[in-house]
Amino acid sequence: MGKLFAVVVIVITVISAYFVVVHRWWMPETITAIGARVDHQLNETMLEAGILFVLSQIILGVFAWRFGDTSTPRKIKHFPGGAMPLVIAGIAIVGLEILALSFVGSKVWADMYFVPAPADSLHVDVQAEQFAFYFRYPGPDGQFGSIHPEKINDGNGNYFGLDPANDVSARDDIIVGSLTVPVNKPVLLTLHSKDMIHNFYVPELRLQQDIVPGIEIPVHFTATKTGKFEIVCTQLCGLGHYNMRAYLEVVSQDQYDQWLKSQSQ
Amino acid sequence: MDNAQAAPAVHHLAPPEGFIRKYVFSLDHKVIGLQYYGLALVAVFIGMVLSWLMRVHLGWPTLGIPLLDKLSPNGAPGGVITPEYYLSLMTMHGTIMVFFVLTNAPFAGFGNYFLPIQIGAEDMAFPRFNMMSFWTTFVAFLVLIAAFFVADGPPIAGWTSYAPLSAIGKDGGPGQALGQTLWAASIAIFCIGQLLGSLNFIATTLDLRTKGMTLARMPLSTWAWFITACIGLLAFAVLLPACILLILDKTAGTSFFIPGGLVVSDNLQPHSGGSPLLWQHLFWFFGHPEVYIAILPAIGIISHILPTFIRKPLLGGTRVLAGCMLGIAFLSYMVWGHHMFLSGMNPFSALLFSVPTLIITIPATVATLMWIGSLYGAKIRFTTPALFCLGFISVFISGGISGFFLAQPSIDVYLHATYFVVAHFHFVMAVAAIFAIFGGTYFWAPKMFGRMMNETLGKWHFWLTFIGVYAIFMPMHYLGLAGNVRRYSAFTDDYLIPLIPVHKFITIAALLTGAAQFIFFANLFYSRFWGPKASDNPWEATTLEWDTTSPPPFDNFGGRHLTVLNAPYEYNVDGTKGDYIMQTSPEKAVERT
Repeated sequence: MGKLFAVVVIVITVISAYFVVVHRWWMPETITAIGARVDHQLNETMLEAGILFVLSQIILGVFAWRFGDTSTPRKIKHFPGGAMPLVIAGIAIVGLEILALSFVGSKVWADMYFVPAPADSLHVDVQAEQFAFYFRYPGPDGQFGSIHPEKINDGNGNYFGLDPANDVSARDDIIVGSLTVPVNKPVLLTLHSKDMIHNFYVPELRLQQDIVPGIEIPVHFTATKTGKFEIVCTQLCGLGHYNMRAYLEVVSQDQYDQWLKSQSQ
Repeated sequence: MDNAQAAPAVHHLAPPEGFIRKYVFSLDHKVIGLQYYGLALVAVFIGMVLSWLMRVHLGWPTLGIPLLDKLSPNGAPGGVITPEYYLSLMTMHGTIMVFFVLTNAPFAGFGNYFLPIQIGAEDMAFPRFNMMSFWTTFVAFLVLIAAFFVADGPPIAGWTSYAPLSAIGKDGGPGQALGQTLWAASIAIFCIGQLLGSLNFIATTLDLRTKGMTLARMPLSTWAWFITACIGLLAFAVLLPACILLILDKTAGTSFFIPGGLVVSDNLQPHSGGSPLLWQHLFWFFGHPEVYIAILPAIGIISHILPTFIRKPLLGGTRVLAGCMLGIAFLSYMVWGHHMFLSGMNPFSALLFSVPTLIITIPATVATLMWIGSLYGAKIRFTTPALFCLGFISVFISGGISGFFLAQPSIDVYLHATYFVVAHFHFVMAVAAIFAIFGGTYFWAPKMFGRMMNETLGKWHFWLTFIGVYAIFMPMHYLGLAGNVRRYSAFTDDYLIPLIPVHKFITIAALLTGAAQFIFFANLFYSRFWGPKASDNPWEATTLEWDTTSPPPFDNFGGRHLTVLNAPYEYNVDGTKGDYIMQTSPEKAVERT
């Protein structure tokens, strides 16, 4: 029975590790510099945690194979050196791993959240609602109109609650259903929600942030590759949650300028 | 401690007469333990069926499920599950499993039955509180199940019930009016039951230990139940008021969790000044310790069973393992924010919560090393409970490893809210705890029912379950790495469509593994009534529960007052005759703990 257990555990371990090693199902290629560092951190963790996983499962299997109760009498043996060396080894190995991962990982996190967006960033306002995202560009005047929740009305397309009759800066705001940004240009998003907690997740950006009603949350990124990527909601926001998404289109500066021009008319 | 040395009081209650006092409103901790266990069995069956329905829907979203439209004509017209009904099933699955299975069975169930016996007491410290704690829990279960039968259906906000979705009422979606209120009421009632139970466990452990039962001589399962009770007392005391505030937001127009200016379904909500993050802090201040309320009894049960079947004490003795459990319990209160890295709270706090989260892996790793190291040079008897112990170690490692990833905010930013998280907590909390429940059941059934369970069926049950859970949950890691978001009722996003075959595989594995559980149900039911009679100590174990008849008499030891002379796990001690020494045996054993 011990041998069977050993075989089953080791086969499960090998199969589990195989699909990770060959990247059969894996992260999509990242399109930001910080994303590459997230991947690096994840790969480092995968290597260290993977070795611990495979080793411990194999040792578990080998011990089960080796130390079954057989009919031939033998004395039980204790682990060489007793518990102390194992306790110390456990604390040391895991402790060092934690220290190493924390130091490097904290730097990645800090660069993501504590470094402010560059001054020349493109500002886009994001409004999340059940079950859509809307994006607002400031228009030619470079100013966002102010938000009035009581004016929010999906029926007439006033997703942000603007008041163009009284608010000059609101009149030229561009409101669209997908996020178009120029490549290699820093983008600063201000995330709002008008109803529930939603989330702005673009796997390729390695960026995920809850959008909380009542709080304005800034996030910024610089996409370095052009293409069309999905923006998905990852915070349960109601019955249509599974269908709440939009697209991020990263285009060349020229295409972006043309697109902006076509939207302003 | 002085109290431990005092002789236990004579049982102050006479054995009950009549069916109601004996089996329904019983004051006997053994009956109450079985009541909790029975409730957990009913709950786990319902929870499993709900997971089947979800899995079938995820693999084959348009497939009509027979009879489901009878149960819920609105939720599943023609048997096809609607997106909102999927969320209802998910919410109820999570709530039932976490509260009524993972808390009830390993802690309240086995704990009630065996904690007093393992310390040589005749009952719990407060038998009436004990009865009240079960019946309160039972009412909580009925209130939760009632949500299936109200007009707008069960809630859809998930077992975490994040505000404002949970607080806003009917504008939030189907199930968010009465269904969600029933959910909050059920959990609030559940908290009262657990608070009473926790107090009882603590008082019993501290005051009712028999002569010679020092803290160091307590079995590891008793240690685990005691520590869990301490966690529970602090954790449920926070969730209870949180649920009351949620109910007030929903019914009394308060705004604890709802900010101003919300526009839901084009209605400006009449709330202002609340904070959605407040709910998350309160919930997870309970919620993370809750994870340990599920897993610490499991760790204790496994550490208690393992020595019996490897015929040697655990490496490091009870001291290292109890130390690990205390360390985990202590740290469990400093890590709740790791559920909230991306919640919008100050990103500085993410770093602060990350460090203790990673540090928890140290006591968990040490415990695992002690279990594996103990196997070295052992004489393992591969009974069903022993197999579930080995299986537990394997799944605990698998689930723990993925914690390394999620504890780091810089990786969580990618993996948060994906199936990687689902895989992680199912392995480390759900499957691991369930394996301990199975191990505990096969191990203690002879004591509880006086009859042995069938070993052949038990082993089939183990192999199918062990392979099955890996087939279900290991691929979920791959889904998470591919960015597959959880809590989606269908995968319409372009990048998720290629992952649907993996979901189909998982669904088939889940159906088969679930079906294998009927072997367990059948074995338990058959053995309970017709299994071969069990001797007092069929596993040749050492602790006090094996020092009485199977099942034990009303006062546990038939009027005997035991004196404990030995450490709990004295197997294969040099210079002694047999290969084990009971805790009460006068044969001299070297105190090794």
